[in-house]
Amino acid sequence: MAKVLVLYAHPRPDRSEINQPLFETAKGVQGVTAVDLYAEYPDFDIRVDVEQERLRTHDIIIFQHPFYWYSAPSIMKEWQDLVLEYGFAYGLHGKALVGKSFMNVTTAGAKPEAYSADGLNHSDIRSLLAPFEKTADLCEMRFLAPFVMFGAGRALEENRLNVHRNAYDDLLKAMVADRFDLEKAAKAKQISDVLDDFILKGEAV
Amino acid sequence: MELLSDAFVYLCAAVIAVPIANRLGLGSVLGYLIAGVVIGPVLGIVGSETTEVQHFAEFGVVMMLFLVGLELQPAMLWKMRKQLIGLGGLQVLGTTAVFAGVGLAFGLVWQSAVALGMILALSSTAIVLQTLNEKGWLKTEGGQSSFSVLLTQDIAVIPMLAVLPLLAVGNSGDSYGESHGAGHGGGHGDGAAHGGEALASLPGWLQAVVILAVIAAIIVAGRHLMRPVFRFIAESHLREIFTATALLLVIGIALLMDFVGLSPALGTFLAGVVLSDSDYRHELESDIEPFKGLLLGLFFLTVGAGIDFNLLFGAPVIIFGLAIGLIVTKFALLFGLGTIFKLQGADKWLFALGLAQAGEFAFVLFGFALSAGVLEPALLQILTLVVAISMLLTPALFILYEKVIAPRAVTQSNRPADEIDRKGRIVIAGMGRFGQIVGRLLITSGYDVVILDHDPQTVENLGKVGLKTFYGDATRPDLLHGAGLQDADLFIAALDDRDKQTMVVEHVAKTYPKVRILARARDRHHVYELEQAGAHHAEREVFEGAMTMGRRALIDLGVHPFRARSKAKDFWHHDRAMLDDLRENYNDGGVDKSYVDAMRAHSQTLFDIMRTDHGDEKHERTERGWNPPPKGDATL
Repeated sequence: MAKVLVLYAHPRPDRSEINQPLFETAKGVQGVTAVDLYAEYPDFDIRVDVEQERLRTHDIIIFQHPFYWYSAPSIMKEWQDLVLEYGFAYGLHGKALVGKSFMNVTTAGAKPEAYSADGLNHSDIRSLLAPFEKTADLCEMRFLAPFVMFGAGRALEENRLNVHRNAYDDLLKAMVADRFDLEKAAKAKQISDVLDDFILKGEAV
Repeated sequence: MELLSDAFVYLCAAVIAVPIANRLGLGSVLGYLIAGVVIGPVLGIVGSETTEVQHFAEFGVVMMLFLVGLELQPAMLWKMRKQLIGLGGLQVLGTTAVFAGVGLAFGLVWQSAVALGMILALSSTAIVLQTLNEKGWLKTEGGQSSFSVLLTQDIAVIPMLAVLPLLAVGNSGDSYGESHGAGHGGGHGDGAAHGGEALASLPGWLQAVVILAVIAAIIVAGRHLMRPVFRFIAESHLREIFTATALLLVIGIALLMDFVGLSPALGTFLAGVVLSDSDYRHELESDIEPFKGLLLGLFFLTVGAGIDFNLLFGAPVIIFGLAIGLIVTKFALLFGLGTIFKLQGADKWLFALGLAQAGEFAFVLFGFALSAGVLEPALLQILTLVVAISMLLTPALFILYEKVIAPRAVTQSNRPADEIDRKGRIVIAGMGRFGQIVGRLLITSGYDVVILDHDPQTVENLGKVGLKTFYGDATRPDLLHGAGLQDADLFIAALDDRDKQTMVVEHVAKTYPKVRILARARDRHHVYELEQAGAHHAEREVFEGAMTMGRRALIDLGVHPFRARSKAKDFWHHDRAMLDDLRENYNDGGVDKSYVDAMRAHSQTLFDIMRTDHGDEKHERTERGWNPPPKGDATL
């Protein structure tokens, strides 16, 4: 049984069409600790000890957020700057995160085509998430390919929310049950709604 | 009526001469001396009765030493011990030795020579400290060294008072009575006659025991008995009774010392030191200060009135020669000390030039020396003139420093800039529910905070939790001054009483234009009122607390905490804007139609802003912030 920590950041949850429902899903999964960072720290005074303790007691860390300006909403940067201290997350004696896994669960406004070598962004989304990947590397965590919803701005109209919600639910449950193929996910470009490739059959690892 | 007419003459002379002297940069001591010269030798209005007045006025010295003691917190002295003992001690001892040598060379007996040396070693605290303060030189290296030496000298007066009678010249038969009278510094000559005799019949060892017991009693009573007494008096909220108590204390100790045959000045000094840690220190200071100032002024007046002008005009070259010789000698010694203690460039000059005169204490000690028979009256006449002239020349020395030496020294000094070891100094008036929070934040952040409160219970409770608080009514100008507002960077007015609060802000703004003033306001109108009174910033006392409560209420109603924060911020900024806009429409003492109209318009805007989220209505302002692009934009 892996312990999964979902750290969620959305500054306008009252207007969120995808992320807020996804977060509600995460809250409902047993074995998942779901934290709304903006609700917990509306004034950005993040309690470092509490957050570090959360990291220590979980195996898979998920950042769930909209893909703001090729990154995450600002509180997540603040969280990284404060919580990932030298001597805790990195450095000679900073081994608290070694061997854990990290994943971005994010929503992007543009269509999938925009995230390709020929598209608007001239790059796939995993490459654009490089600052998170490098952070995970430095902390000796396994960086998993991001779980992304593209074209999120029109997802409601196109009835794509429920499919994605269910996929997220499956993803989290598989992680908790040790049935999610972390090795494979670490090598993938991204994880789509079709999870079958990443779900282990038979015995849990 | 004679008393009244005398008082009229003295006061008149002081009121005219002192402000003028001060304006000319001569300082108040010289002002009093000059006033004395005018009403005495020049106009001849007062005559021989000045000696009697002088005895009475000498009580000012006793009060001065009480105040000196109050200023000397043991902890501060300990911190300065190196400077005090090294620099100050060497200055006093060295100068005493040199002038004693000069005295011997002029054929004085050794006792007189030593007395002369001690007296001339002192510099003028009154003139020098005031000048350093006015010119802003007190925080320089040279200013700090000067301060240490002056402080040492003030303390050295105590042993000098004790030693002077022992230096009495003449046969032992009447020297006892004489020296005894001198030991009473307080100067109420009549009491002196039977003073020590209360113990005279006792054997020597018993006298010593009684004296030690009295000193111990003063220390113990000062530490443990005075606080409840002061508190009881303070709770009556009768200011004049507190003043009466302070006077009673000083006079009582003077009498007690007199009774056991010790110097009253010594006793009150001791009492001052014991009370220097007390919560009531500033209040005591403010109460005694005017009495001391007037009595000392009177004392200097009588010194001026007693100056013998025939002597000066008879031998001007000798007198001025002696005065200049005195200054040059003291300057040379100080300059040497400055070199030893590694003062650089301009600082060394400031130190040596500033302290080169003899001081007002010389007049006091001359009086003692005379009644003790240590120095000859004829010599004292000359010395009084010499000291007065050396003091008169002091402003010229400071001008020499300011205009000639300081500008040149700037280029020579290559010492790195001083590290700022002094964080801002803050005075807080009012330590109620509001002031306490402000005060605790500032104190725990390491700032130097002086707190005033007029409630004895508050003062005592805060003392228990380790917050140093002084008792006193913060609307009193003298108490604000005593709290050090002239040196403060920041003043926080946190009084509960609306009108007193405005009053104190107005006073501080006018009197201390350099101090930044933050004020607690009752409501928006009070904010404007305080701003008009001179506050740099006024904060409504309940506003932020109510904002926090409102935000909490939104959260409890199910609004997301970050949303509640944003709404509260919007409200806050709108309210602040309204505060700024309505300022123009606010007239002293009331509101008119334009104010009401402006306010109504603002309320409508606010209502629109805050409501938008509930309906489909989109408002420009709230809609900004984390806005997704519109769904129809094909370019994305």
